[in-house]
Amino acid sequence: MSHEKRTLEFYVLAAFFILFVLFLYGPLSAILILSFQGETGGLTFPLNGVSLHWFANLFERQAVGDFGGSFKRSLVLGLMVMIVTVVVSLLAGLAFRQKFRGATALFYLAVASLVVPSIIISLGIGVVFQQVGLRPAWYTSAFGAHLTWTLPFGVLIMFAVFNRFSPAYEEAARDLGATSWQTFAHVVLPMIAPSLIGVGLFGFTLSYDEFARTLMTSGTFNTLPLEIYGMTTNVTTPVLYALGTVTTVFSFLVILATLGAILYVGRRRART
Amino acid sequence: MTVALERPAIAAAKPARRRRVSLGAVTPYLQSAPLALILGAFLLLPIIMIAVVSFWDYDFAAMYPDFLTTNYSDVLGSWVTWKTYLNTIKFAAIVWALTLFIGFWVAYFLAFHIRTTAMQMVLFLVCTVPFLTSNIIRMISWIPVLGRNGLINSTLVQLGLVPKPIEWLLYSEFAVVLAMVHLYTLFMVTPIFNTLMRIDRSLFEAARDAGASGWQVLWNVIIPLAKPGMAIGTIFVVTLVMADFSTVQVMSGGQSASVALMMKNQMSLLQYPAAAANAVVLLVLVLLMVTGILRIVDIRKEL
Repeated sequence: MSHEKRTLEFYVLAAFFILFVLFLYGPLSAILILSFQGETGGLTFPLNGVSLHWFANLFERQAVGDFGGSFKRSLVLGLMVMIVTVVVSLLAGLAFRQKFRGATALFYLAVASLVVPSIIISLGIGVVFQQVGLRPAWYTSAFGAHLTWTLPFGVLIMFAVFNRFSPAYEEAARDLGATSWQTFAHVVLPMIAPSLIGVGLFGFTLSYDEFARTLMTSGTFNTLPLEIYGMTTNVTTPVLYALGTVTTVFSFLVILATLGAILYVGRRRART
Repeated sequence: MTVALERPAIAAAKPARRRRVSLGAVTPYLQSAPLALILGAFLLLPIIMIAVVSFWDYDFAAMYPDFLTTNYSDVLGSWVTWKTYLNTIKFAAIVWALTLFIGFWVAYFLAFHIRTTAMQMVLFLVCTVPFLTSNIIRMISWIPVLGRNGLINSTLVQLGLVPKPIEWLLYSEFAVVLAMVHLYTLFMVTPIFNTLMRIDRSLFEAARDAGASGWQVLWNVIIPLAKPGMAIGTIFVVTLVMADFSTVQVMSGGQSASVALMMKNQMSLLQYPAAAANAVVLLVLVLLMVTGILRIVDIRKEL
């Protein structure tokens, strides 16, 4: 199939694919352009001049609420979720390589964590905190709520990684006299490092963009997505788009940095 | 004779091995404990709590432990609830059909028509990147496109195709479905792409040699083998749509309802027991759907 001449099927599907990509990126680029809207411009085209007015507006507290604070909270929360997700998923992935009591139950609990509607988890954690007498906060209840969303992804990825991981490498290391810690640190870890970076990226971005689970669990202070969600109902100026552009550019930078890290790790492994 | 020779060796190795085995037996429990603890505290416990609270009494200020079934009879006895559930299921069905169609052909193109692995990965990343950006921003980004003075309407009016802007593009059920397809198609593309990549290509040659046409190969070879991927994608899309409140709220402009949106409104009125009863019903419905789909596919084998 793949070494024949390009068929009509190819061109039809290629056109379909290009349309799909335009569908994915078209609206995003509209926001990107409109965030440079002139001072008198509105929420839609045409552009009334070009300015950085709306970006400057972002940093005025009264215009958009607490953008700087919510960004900081989301950033810290994302990093916390990322670290815990990587460590816990890695450990769970290692555990699932052996048979143990309750392995199937735990696996399906992780899958359940993925399919249970976010708002139910949000409501449940909110009610639990209320009944126990704890005050919900972004670094406690929302932190836990985010983990129920990022961990299943991390666990499933690690599960898939170890499914394809040949035990022959570890046997070889052990035959050469390595202890089980040495085997893990010098053989297993470098081989799965790119996947771990991927899990970290998932952990961070899913948390950074999450808001359905944060809704009832963030307490007094909003995370960035909650701030944006609030703005959709009461902000009618392009400052909304400026915020969208800033967070999207930030997400893109995170993705680029991660890809760079994966390539770097892969190349270093190839050299040694 | 060999048996006699091996015996002392086994005996000598035994103490050391026993130690390792007893340590090794605990290891998986220690390794899986953090995951079990976190999911227990932030998934199981809250769900149990919701089930308990759904039987409680409440007024405008607080809730009171009790064992009432009125929350359920209120939920199940109201015509509005049934209409909302039907509406949510309708969204799920439409979005599922569209994402399955789009997702399958995108994955098919990537898997069978792109010749180099590097190009496959690049194009796959192009599809993945928007998924890693904010959902709300991606929703909002439709406003300048679909709005009354948006790109589509102003183009259509300028071309003289329509006399005045089309009103149903934004803040309508159409907008909700469009935004959901935009947000969730990747959840179909990824698992289907994954299964397609694992199909043994020699099967196509075998089918061709046996006289199958292109459509027959697609229908009798590719689609049956892609079913597990479609099933996993279906689980993602269906559960995401069933749980959605933000897309429905933002894109319909308050003109349409979903179960989760109804719950959210009850929560903002502090009617937690009512929201909890709704949550239990929604959870049962979603879990029934998922177990139904899991009969088709064993997730553990597909990873």
